[in-house]
Amino acid sequence: MTRIVLLGGGVGGSMVSNQLARQLKPEILRGEVEITVINESDTHVYQPYFLYMAFDQAVPADAKRPERAVLNNQIKLVVGHAERVDREAKDVVMGDGAHIPYDYLVIATGSRPAPETVPGLVEGGHIFYTEEGALKLRDALAEFTGGRVLVTVGVPHKCPVAPVEFTLMVRDWLDTHGFESSEVLYTYPIGRLHSLEPVAAWATEIFDQRRIDSRTFFNVETVDSEKKTVTTLEGDTVSYDLLVAIPPHLGQDIVKRSGLGDAGNWIATDRHSLLMQGTDNIYVLGDATNLPISKAGSTAHFQADVVSSNLVNRIHGGLGSVRYDGKVFCFIEAGNDEATYVKFDYQHPPKPQPPTEMIHLYKLAFNKMYWLSAAGIL
Amino acid sequence: MATEAKIIDARGSFCPGPLMELIKGIRQEAVGVVLEVWSSDRGSAKDIPEWVARAGHEVVGNVEADNIFKIQVKKLR
Ligand SMILES: Cc1cc2nc3c(=O)[nH]c(=O)nc-3n(C[C@H](O)[C@H](O)[C@H](O)COP(=O)(O)OP(=O)(O)OC[C@H]3O[C@@H](n4cnc5c(N)ncnc54)[C@H](O)[C@@H]3O)c2cc1C
Repeated sequence: MTRIVLLGGGVGGSMVSNQLARQLKPEILRGEVEITVINESDTHVYQPYFLYMAFDQAVPADAKRPERAVLNNQIKLVVGHAERVDREAKDVVMGDGAHIPYDYLVIATGSRPAPETVPGLVEGGHIFYTEEGALKLRDALAEFTGGRVLVTVGVPHKCPVAPVEFTLMVRDWLDTHGFESSEVLYTYPIGRLHSLEPVAAWATEIFDQRRIDSRTFFNVETVDSEKKTVTTLEGDTVSYDLLVAIPPHLGQDIVKRSGLGDAGNWIATDRHSLLMQGTDNIYVLGDATNLPISKAGSTAHFQADVVSSNLVNRIHGGLGSVRYDGKVFCFIEAGNDEATYVKFDYQHPPKPQPPTEMIHLYKLAFNKMYWLSAAGIL
Repeated sequence: MATEAKIIDARGSFCPGPLMELIKGIRQEAVGVVLEVWSSDRGSAKDIPEWVARAGHEVVGNVEADNIFKIQVKKLR
């Protein structure tokens, strides 16, 4: 019997396992293939809703479904904390000591915001990249008394457009809650407002129209929560009344415990085959890779198609030759009930698209349709 | 060019892009390490040295071959 184990049941892990379960149903029913998903929690969380929670436009229950309900019935689900991957023994060792053997392992453990890597940030800053952080920020906004809202962006981070979306949304929130004179200061690590040039050009124009100030080459080194200032690697010091930080992210600790990653716990992954470098039976997708592409649900989605096609093909006796072309697609909320999108891959840079109401409506619909996507249907 | 360098293969990277990949490397590696960024974007040959100077590190190599730019940066602090 061939055992396929998915480590992580978030966006990437759910999509791959559901696609496999559908395409390998005969083999599963005959007892020739077994698919197991290991996930820390019994709940599947749709992370984009954290942004809306910060503005009290969504509550935690909106973002959650039981993991079991997201997965095809043919998939075995193990809920628990995985301690490490033992590549020699070809198994995953669980926190409770159980061993889960694999023939093929798919790692989709994601990434986490790591505010503790910036001295003072945990005490001084708000983050909306976790449920707990988003709710704390919601409460802080409810008690806001005015002044400067400072938005900082750490490297690397997931969801490259969330910082711009948050900035537009917080301006809107301030204007509609009697804080028109409060300042919003958006900062970015490199010399323009976004790594994607069309997004940078668009943000420059719209920030100007909406009274949003900005600074570039801004990489936070330390936060002084008493004085309410941040100091950057480039030597600037800026004061704030409310600090909203997108912290630098790290790969998960299990990657470190298993000796699979680099200094940031990112796994060296072949950019086309999505195999962990130096292996032929471990695939990596989503935020967990060291690839120089956006850490986004859509990235995990396009990669899931490649990983599941290759696994099905290999189980059927093929070589698994489908290649990932670096494709990423992101919607961007533009405010005023309009949205735009960007699409690019390793060979094709993004082209600017004018924001429209249609795209905004499609994005709203996608938030609901996500569950079909995770189920491997869409 | 230094002979011992950690390679950051950022060819074809539009987001986050070669400079953000370098900043990630600088944040996570130890002082003294040399990082070598590979970029297919001509702009990198200019914007990487500009950031490196602002952040107090050192460019120790900058070459182009077959439209790939290889820029070596030593972490100084
Ligand atoms: C505020 C916000 C807004 C976003 N908006 C968008 C958007 O609009 N569009 C978009 O494309 N993306 C968006 N994203 C990014 C997107 O959510 C992530 O890129 C995506 O979830 C990555 O998928 P993944 O499968 O790699 O990891 P995840 O979906 O994070 O899944 C990882 C899973 O692994 C499990 N796991 C980790 N370690 C262990 C362990 N040791 N044992 C057991 N289980 C473990 C976790 O519990 C988790 O379920 C947003 C993210 C945030 C925070």
